[in-house]
Amino acid sequence: MIWEVFRQERKGQPFQHAGSVVAPEQEFARAYAHEQYGRRGESTALWVVPRGSILEVEDFVDELGRNYHRVDGYSLKEKLKEARARAGTAADR
Amino acid sequence: MTSPDEGEFLEYVQAGGQVETHDWMPDEYRARLIKFIEMHANSELMGVLPEREWILRAPTLQRKLALTAKVQDEVGHAQLIYRVVEDLGKPREQCLADLVSGKAKFHNVFHYPTYTWGDVGVIAWLVDAAAIISQKALLKCSYAPYARIMKKICWEESFHILHGRDVILTLVNGTDSQRELVQEALNRWWTPLMHFHGNPIEAAEDPMVVWRIKSQANEEARQQFLDGYVPQIWELGLTVPDPELRKDDDGLWEYTEPDWDELRTVVTGHGPKTAERLGFRRLNLDETEWVRKTVLAEAA
Repeated sequence: MIWEVFRQERKGQPFQHAGSVVAPEQEFARAYAHEQYGRRGESTALWVVPRGSILEVEDFVDELGRNYHRVDGYSLKEKLKEARARAGTAADR
Repeated sequence: MTSPDEGEFLEYVQAGGQVETHDWMPDEYRARLIKFIEMHANSELMGVLPEREWILRAPTLQRKLALTAKVQDEVGHAQLIYRVVEDLGKPREQCLADLVSGKAKFHNVFHYPTYTWGDVGVIAWLVDAAAIISQKALLKCSYAPYARIMKKICWEESFHILHGRDVILTLVNGTDSQRELVQEALNRWWTPLMHFHGNPIEAAEDPMVVWRIKSQANEEARQQFLDGYVPQIWELGLTVPDPELRKDDDGLWEYTEPDWDELRTVVTGHGPKTAERLGFRRLNLDETEWVRKTVLAEAA
């Protein structure tokens, strides 16, 4: 059985995928993960999860081109230039 | 990456794209990953044997503890790396069987004998330094699970190298005969160190670089090693046993071309200690078979 190991380097930081261990059951998985990913104090905590229990979701196609909820959907440079020209404030900058 | 197209895949990794275990990958890419990463794991496992020989002979209790911990770390690295190979499709048991039968390779430096505590210092300092240069370049490996493992490994290597430097500095600050131990060990290890990064292949012709498994050419790694460590060797008053060694005006190191036939002979299983160390591994593997059988059996 394969267990994925996620480690947190410091309190408050995100848990990041580190690697995996093979273990027949939870107690072995705990011991192996502890030894292989934490024995030198390099982690403050680990998440050890059976690989089969991870739900992977990775289909993120933006079919409708909905850029209005992203930063790159708003190019303001030209509009701002025009607005400044109309307000007569362009030369001050 | 889902499209089974080799050309697209190549473009993707060459643009810095990374690949996960369950992504589609060309057969050649998978085969090269397995061979390379398996050799790395084998090297971690075999690399502890020269150091293990010195645990009982370490000069102080502190050194004995440090060396034991380092051996434990390196075996730990082997475990992490074999896991990556397993996910690519080759079971660990098969890797170990191929290692002890002599079919699979391990790094050249671990085929050589150790004679004195000076060798332990030179291995922990300079062999580890050479290894860190290769391993740091693997942090950018196109196969992401391997790159993630390297992060943890490089972190541990960073204090191993300090342990090595500490051993060396203690010896060079000691008696004349202690100093001599270091110089003699350096003389013995220089050729294997020059072999370490492999013969010079143009990056464009090295399939490992083309697939972005490695991110630097062999000669580039060797130059980085020379640039980082020759000045450190010289400042201790030690002599590098190569009269041709010098830095040219362009900042490149010139050196006597090492005997590449010796490298080939050693890594194909004909090094001075190959048979003995593989024999030890074989014995060890047999003796611990029942443990693996018991522990790795699926829980009922």
